[in-house]
Amino acid sequence: MTKTVSFITENFDKYDPNSIDSYLNINGFTAVRKAITTLSSGEIINIAKSATIKGRGGAAYDTGRKWGQAAAVQGDNKVVICNADEGEPCTFKDRSILSKDPFRLIEGMIIAGYTVGAQNGYIYLREEYRHLKSLIKNAIKETMEKGFLGKNILGTNFSFHIHLHSGAGAYVCGEGSTLIESIEGKSGRPRIKPPYIKECGLFQLPTLVNNVETLAAVTAFIQNGTDDYIKYGTKLSPGTKIISLAGNVNKPGTYEIPFGITLREIIYDIGGGVVDNNKLKLCQLGGASGTIGSDSILDTPYTYEDLEKVGLIVGSGGILVVDDRTRVIDFVKSIQDFFIHESCGKCTPCREGNRQIAKIIDRFVQGTSGVNDLDTAERFANIMKNCSFCGLGETAQNVLLSAIKIFPDEFKRLEAVGK
Amino acid sequence: MKNIKIKVDNINLIVPEGTTILEAARKANISIPHLCYHPDQAIKANCRLCVVEVAGSRKLTPACSSYVFEGMEVETNTKKVRDMQKGVLELILANHDQDCLKCLRNGNCELQALCQRFNISKTNLEDSVDALPMDNTNPSLVRDSAKCIKCNRCVDACQKGQEVHVLTHSHRSIHYNITPAYEMPLEQTFCVFCGQCAAVCPVGAIVEKDDTSKVWDAIYDKNKHVIVQVAPAVRVALGDAFNLEKGSIITGKMVAALRRLGFSKIFDTNFTADLTIMEEGSELIDRITNDGVLPMITSCSPGWINFIEGRYDHLLDNLSSCKSPQQMFGALSKSYYAEINDIKPKDVFTVSIMPCTAKKYEAQRPEMVTNGVKEVDVVLTTRELARMIQSAGIEFDGLEEDQFDNPFGIGTGAGAIFGATGGVMEAALRTVYEVLTGKGLPTLKFSDVRGLDGFKESSIDINGLEVKVAVVHGLGNAKLLLKQIERGESPYAFIEVMACPGGCIGGGGQPIQSTMDVKAKRIESIYKIDEDLPLRKSHKNPSITELYERYLGEPLGEKSHELLHTHYHSRDMKYNFEELLK
Amino acid sequence: MNSTKTKSFEVLTKDLACKIDTIINNFGSNSTRLVGILLDIQDIIPKQYIPREVATYVSEKMNIPLSKVYDVISFYGALCDIPRADYVIQLCDSVVCKVTGNSFLQDTITTLLGIKENESTSDGKYWIESTPCFGACDISPAMRINGKVYGHLTTSESVKAVLDKYNEGSVMV
Repeated sequence: MTKTVSFITENFDKYDPNSIDSYLNINGFTAVRKAITTLSSGEIINIAKSATIKGRGGAAYDTGRKWGQAAAVQGDNKVVICNADEGEPCTFKDRSILSKDPFRLIEGMIIAGYTVGAQNGYIYLREEYRHLKSLIKNAIKETMEKGFLGKNILGTNFSFHIHLHSGAGAYVCGEGSTLIESIEGKSGRPRIKPPYIKECGLFQLPTLVNNVETLAAVTAFIQNGTDDYIKYGTKLSPGTKIISLAGNVNKPGTYEIPFGITLREIIYDIGGGVVDNNKLKLCQLGGASGTIGSDSILDTPYTYEDLEKVGLIVGSGGILVVDDRTRVIDFVKSIQDFFIHESCGKCTPCREGNRQIAKIIDRFVQGTSGVNDLDTAERFANIMKNCSFCGLGETAQNVLLSAIKIFPDEFKRLEAVGK
Repeated sequence: MKNIKIKVDNINLIVPEGTTILEAARKANISIPHLCYHPDQAIKANCRLCVVEVAGSRKLTPACSSYVFEGMEVETNTKKVRDMQKGVLELILANHDQDCLKCLRNGNCELQALCQRFNISKTNLEDSVDALPMDNTNPSLVRDSAKCIKCNRCVDACQKGQEVHVLTHSHRSIHYNITPAYEMPLEQTFCVFCGQCAAVCPVGAIVEKDDTSKVWDAIYDKNKHVIVQVAPAVRVALGDAFNLEKGSIITGKMVAALRRLGFSKIFDTNFTADLTIMEEGSELIDRITNDGVLPMITSCSPGWINFIEGRYDHLLDNLSSCKSPQQMFGALSKSYYAEINDIKPKDVFTVSIMPCTAKKYEAQRPEMVTNGVKEVDVVLTTRELARMIQSAGIEFDGLEEDQFDNPFGIGTGAGAIFGATGGVMEAALRTVYEVLTGKGLPTLKFSDVRGLDGFKESSIDINGLEVKVAVVHGLGNAKLLLKQIERGESPYAFIEVMACPGGCIGGGGQPIQSTMDVKAKRIESIYKIDEDLPLRKSHKNPSITELYERYLGEPLGEKSHELLHTHYHSRDMKYNFEELLK
Repeated sequence: MNSTKTKSFEVLTKDLACKIDTIINNFGSNSTRLVGILLDIQDIIPKQYIPREVATYVSEKMNIPLSKVYDVISFYGALCDIPRADYVIQLCDSVVCKVTGNSFLQDTITTLLGIKENESTSDGKYWIESTPCFGACDISPAMRINGKVYGHLTTSESVKAVLDKYNEGSVMV
């Protein structure tokens, strides 16, 4: 029996994403119709709250609460941004939604716009997904033609437009204020807060930023109600989650799972187990900024609360499986390389911390580490965590810090080699 | 405004709403370490040195960018805070060229001071510096990326302060750098060499090009007659370098120090400032009465000249053709002065002490040649003069006051106020009014054009004609007036532009830490000098009268044109897109 | 006004300038669209980069300081300020491709083309660079050629097969 479910992803492969007619045939746009002709802003916010869905980009902020705050902000002109800058390594579930069900996302944006009182929506699509640009452009165009976008949608006085903006290859632009800088045509370096983007974001307007999956999920809630959603999962983590499973696993891919199944079920039942029956060495959850766990966490249920207990996060929903052919230090180096490439360079801890820690990790990899190298790396990793300007620097050393904790012997061995 | 009660390190404070933690802590005599913060600039929060603990917050809080709230409890000296601040400092240092003893900013470096404060010793970090090559091919400024700590103060000064937009942050992560586009050397950009970047740099990453050794060599050269001129703004700023009270007027001590350094004659640029008024005033009268191009814009600020030649070269006809006081002095030193002293022009070695880095660039322009020799041989900034005085072991504060030499030693109050924004305008009006009306001015003080407002305007009735004038300082403000001229909407007859905020007293060559507060004090002193002088109008300067009688003839005369006026051209090495698209 | 020396053009032609104008106009000459505009311009410049003269042209055309244009060009991974090649081969260097064996892919492609990372073939056809995750982890190890994704590249045959398409010219830019 399959352990995957189909709620947010229920439309996958059910219609032709290039055609709105095909989408309308499977009851497309019933959610938008229902929302803007029968529901109030407050009612929609309550629906989101009743599903207790948390933001699916990684920060896991309560969506209903976020929408409530966005709706409460004063302003005649507001903006909704769909963050389709899915940059965490081992994360591609938004790509699946964008390519298989773009209309559900567009519906979600329209509903968000209606709920918070925005007139414009922006989809910020990462450059790496440029092959999806024409598909999304077409979806926006056809939605416009059918009157679900534009002026006075469905004869109401609600008007909404969606614009597609391309990223240009910068992981840091997944951070809200940085993404906004990028849409404004600037280099993507984070803004000082306050002001907060919910009050003063894109073009100085009150701005709501949501992940692709979050918006698609809200569409599903409006269309199907939340009962079929919250029947899944646990009390604290109800519902389902779309995961990106990859690495040394037999069946990598995008899967929608109910919260509460164990990592073992995800990796071995859904993912078909580790390739060549190799031994699982570690897994990393939530992308490059997520921590790692050893095989001892396999029986942990995949929920916010249970993962937290073992030092892991849901984050972006990425689950990377690594078998015992990879050394922990090589894994750490690969993550470090990623952050060396992706730090924006603006603040000292992230720019210089990554630079120095990378040098130390290189010494471990090459077996030339010196006395105190481990302590030094850990010390500066903590400085990055505490002092960095934005989330990138704060989380960049999660892997190193968790690796030192989980595999202390491997580091000690490497340090001994160096001495 | 609402007052907020907070506690910093258990000290109760009441501060206005909108105060940052950093500013609030200062009121309790606590200096939270910082490098990117600058009181005259936007908050950047990128150095992360100022992190502190705020009760109730799980994360550390940057003090420079966080505002106080009622009941806030801040701790600036916990173990965690110290450890973190020290770590950040070590990270900065690890990628900073540590040749402190050879650095121009040795002893006057904010990073050095913090390292001392935190008792930084050898760390376990590799300190091989990863940086772009040094840029030292222009006459004014040296950029050393190996010392850059990426605080972005210079970027702020270049982009927001001056709107010159040459320096930017670029690339990312470990390649993140402060640089002109495509890493071009400054002279191949639209850099105006105003040096405002150098003035705010906390370390030695951007400094004036040091020319002191050229001056020492000339002084020691028996065949050279070495003379020096000092700009109006230097005498109210040089004292900073000797820890005197900000804005101290140290003219006499400065002259004494220059004499001890070995200059043969010590002259006052205030004299040629008066001469500039005679020429520029006459030019203005000529343009007004003969339908010349108006508004006429002043030309004494070389940063400003570089700016208009770069970006607004279609408006060059609006510039006064007068050379700057520095170059007028230089031209006279290699002609009149050489003649009356029977010295060959090539043997006169003319040094200027200027508050300005762009003056170095100006002095080497090919047009600035008289009798076949460079008019000004070396330009030293105020900072370099201070270093020469220190290097000679002169105890500045104890010096007996001395006086400028003749024939270029008398300057009027009108020449003196050239150092402050609005000063040239005020000086010009004092003369133009009297020359055109034949009447004395009711008051010499033109309050409208004084002070630190970025844009000032005034008008004066001259024989029934309303002459409107405007004064701007800072190139961003100048842009607004240029756009107005472009649109044909400028109501002004005469505009004064100074490239640097505050005018020359805020020049890029002045002692470091010339904050707005300090600039205000210098301006006050400049006007005090003016008030205390017996002569306050350029045309009443007896030396000027003598110079015209003995040598120049009359303002705008043939000799004046040859020596005191110049022409402008657009900056080299632009792309000609119009040509391409033909 | 005196005549002054001007810089000569190496890449920009009248024809290219007109195409750039069209791109800028398509974005409504909107300075907030700078990132998208530069991506589109890079696509039409031989060797897929944005030289200084083009950046200067865009800067003057759109009234954005050159330093800001350069900040954007140098910041984003998909924009490049040095010449590359007709086909830019991007090898994913991220952790998923690493654990699934991208070093084999790297070795194979560098051997087949005879160039190292950040080099172009002598005929200017191919350029190799490594790039962070482009979200093809489910088909890792993967690479992109001019934006097109190829995955499951675990054998030299599979890598060769992809390159052959470009060598034969069966894939258009």
